This record gives sequence, C-alpha cells and structure tokens, in this order.
Amino acid sequence: MKYVFLFCGSAADQAAFDALTPDELGERYARVMRWFTEHGDRLGARNQLQGPETATTVSFQDGVPLVKDGLFLEGKELVGGYTEVVVADLDEALAMAKSWPGGGWIEIRPVVERP
Amino acid sequence: MSGGAARVAEVFREEAGRVTAALVRRFGDFNLAEDCVQDALVAALETWPRDGVPERPAAWLTTVATRRALNRLDRDRRHREKLALVAAAPADGEHDDRLRLILACCHPALSRDAQVGLTLRAVAGFTNAEIARAFVVPEATIAQRLVRAKRKIAGAGIPYRIPSEVELEGRLTVVLDVLYLVFNEGHLATRGEESAHRDLAEEAAWLAALVLRLLPNEPEPMGLLALMKLHLARGPTRFDAGGRMVLLGDQERARWDRALIDQAIGLVERAARQARPGPYQLEAAIAACHAEAPSLDRTDWPQIVVLYDMLLALAPSPVVRCNRAIAAWRVHGPELALRDLDALAGELDGYHLFHAARGEILQDLGRREQARAAQLRAFDLTRNPAERALLQRRVFAEE
Repeated sequence: MKYVFLFCGSAADQAAFDALTPDELGERYARVMRWFTEHGDRLGARNQLQGPETATTVSFQDGVPLVKDGLFLEGKELVGGYTEVVVADLDEALAMAKSWPGGGWIEIRPVVERP
Repeated sequence: MSGGAARVAEVFREEAGRVTAALVRRFGDFNLAEDCVQDALVAALETWPRDGVPERPAAWLTTVATRRALNRLDRDRRHREKLALVAAAPADGEHDDRLRLILACCHPALSRDAQVGLTLRAVAGFTNAEIARAFVVPEATIAQRLVRAKRKIAGAGIPYRIPSEVELEGRLTVVLDVLYLVFNEGHLATRGEESAHRDLAEEAAWLAALVLRLLPNEPEPMGLLALMKLHLARGPTRFDAGGRMVLLGDQERARWDRALIDQAIGLVERAARQARPGPYQLEAAIAACHAEAPSLDRTDWPQIVVLYDMLLALAPSPVVRCNRAIAAWRVHGPELALRDLDALAGELDGYHLFHAARGEILQDLGRREQARAAQLRAFDLTRNPAERALLQRRVFAEE
C-alpha cells in the first residue's frame, strides 16, 4: 500500500519550533534525519515545505480563479512537509508514524492507486 | 424471549464469529466475509423460526455465506483470479481464528461506533436491526456507519492479523474498552419493559469470556470479565418491583448472586497472581470489596481507597479521583472528602454523579441548602430516566 504522511503542526507548534536555539534546532534536525535514514527504503518522494507566510492560495469563485496571500484556512493547522510511504498495511504505517521525532502530528492518507 | 428466538441468538453468537473467521481465511477478504455472513444471518432469521434451527447450524451458515461470497466474486470480473485461488484452497482446519477477527474489528484506526458495530456483527452475530434496537438508533444509521467503516478498512489498508507482542497490549486495551462500553450500554439501560431482545450486558460478558479463552494468560481480560460478573451478580437488586433504581447501600444483599461473585473473585485472584496490575483488574477488585461486604457500613473502605490510589497511579482521571473521594468520605469523614471533591469542580462540572455525591456529602455536613442545590444540579444533568427518577425522589423527599 502507498500512503502519504502529512507532517502537521499547530501555530503554537510552529512558534515553539521558531524559538529553538541553534543547538536545539541542530539536535532536532539530527533526530529527524535519523528517522528518514532508518525508514529510507520505505519512503518515496518527500519534501519539507517553507513556512505558511510564503503560501499563496488560488481558489475558484463561480469558476473564476481568485489569488490570495496565505493559506486557505488561516491559523488552524499547518502542513510542514510530506513523504510518500510504501508499506504492507496500515499497521506498518502506524508503527513508523509513532516513532516520528518531529512533534506536531501526522495525517496518514492512503493514495488512490490506479491500475 | 421465546425458546426459538433464544436458541437462534445463542447459535448466532456461538457460530457467527467462527464462520466469519473461516470465510476470511478462505477468501482473504475481511469485508467480503463479514458482509456474506451478515446475509446468511438475515437469511437464517427468515427461515429458522419457521422451519426450526438446522441440525448443524454452523455448516448451514457457512454454506449460505460461502455461496453468497462465490456469487459476488463471480459477478465481479476483477475478482475472477481470486476465485480460481479460492477454489483451489484446502478445506478449513478447526483452529479458532476469532482473536484476529476481534482485533480487526477493534482496530484503533476505526471510530468507536464502528468498532462496536463490527464486533457485534462479525463476532457475536448481531444483525444490523439488532444493533439498531440495542442502541436505540435507526437501522439506516447503523448500516451507514458500517458501510463507512468497511470502506475505511479496505481503503486505508487495515490489516487482518495478530499484531506483534509489543503492540498486542495496546490493541487488547481497545478491545476491552469496546466490550465494556457494550456492557454498560446494556447494564445501565432502564429495566422498564423486560426486553425480548438480546441483552447487551450478557453478550458483552460472553465476548469477554471469549477473549479470555483466546488469551488465557492475559490478566486484564480476567479483570474485565470479573468486573462484568460482579455487576451482573447485583443486577436484579438494582431496581425494585416498581422499576425504580436502588442504590448500592439499599440493595438487598442476600439476593446478590453468590455463584457469580465467587467466580469473579476467583478471576481477580488468578489475575493478581500474574503481578501485572491493570485498570480492569483494579476496578474488579474494588467491585469485589463491595460484593463481599455485609453492608455499606461494614465495607472495607480503607482497602477501596488503596485500590483507587493504585488505579490513579495507572490511569489517572477526574472520574476516578471523584470515586476515590467518595470512598475516602467513609474513611476520613466528610470535610476532607468535600475538599477533595471541590478540587475537581472545574473538570467535572458537567458530570451528574459528581454533583450527586457532593450533595450527599453536604447533607452529611448538615449544609442542607447547598446539598439541595447540588442535587438539583445533578438532576438537571442526568439523562438516564431511572437515575433521573432517583434524583428527583432525593431532591423532593427532603422537603
């Protein structure tokens, strides 16, 4: 099964992350990188996303595109990154997600697989 | 319940789980197996009461469910290859696969409603109509819930297998929580009209006994089964002849079921020998203290307070702290108990039993106006009709 892990956090999580000292930040990154290395053979495409202040939203009103600065829904939850995960089943995906050292929360979404 | 209907329910719960597990094994598809067994149960409900229960009911259910499954696969071209595999599969062995079935139904990625519905259907052989009746929810709601749950099982890749030993304990906790919820749904229901339907409390106790049979060395299922037996032992004394609720202190203890209590105490002791305490074992030990006491006053309250302290260390919650305070009232007196309770006011303001207990303790302190206010608040918050009636009597008897 293929899943996408969405690495999420609240505005408070983001603020706490921004407040980390360089040492703490280095330590956090090291743990996160270890997680990615450890599970490397089960991961597909992945990216960390830039902060929400860099986001732009295109929405459609009666079919007319509308461009605005920022997230579609401000302030509730932020997606900080994502990775594809290929494992046998949800239990394996859950075991991986439970060992995530980056804080916040992870949404696990099975992808639509077309034959 | 008529003899025929009771016999059908008994057969369903004994056989439905086995038949479902066997079909999952044969077809390798949980959703297909579960659906087809449900169809077979509905077919049985149509024919058995008329023609009588067949001599080998499990074989009957298996045959009908298997035929259904084969028809479905045949209709579905995408499954043609699977059909060839299934036809070649060897006949089923006798081994009991129901643990896997229960764990799949109670997978933590499913909603609690879905866990309850799937467990009752797949393991205990309830039909959608029976679940709907038991939970007083429209049948269409139950059906919709289960369709959604099964879509999630297939879509999200929820596996059908026994988890690793590390995971098993956490997964087992979910199973036990689901069973206790089902039990309470039956146990707390008003006894008003004697139900002609399957009794949820009895069914949940049967399921807990099944889990214990499948995992004979796990102490928490022993604790849960003991707890259920202790509640059931007091069952008939919880309501008077007029259907009014009777509190623990006023129950006729001579009518408690000694045989059930002895079985429960045996289970509590057997679990304790494992020296792996858990919340259900401690709840059962507390209930056992009550069951063994000759009266409310001659109850081993200090022991109950100790058990609550152990429970708080394992699973802290405001409701447990509230119960501890009520037990401590009998040991340390009302002033301390009230202080303990008042510390919980913020968290438990919406919990009727908090206010009911507070009312009793205030009454004990002679603070009648405040006691009455607390009882009124408890009454306002209570939904269960039997509890409402009891609180109403309490509020107005004092005038």
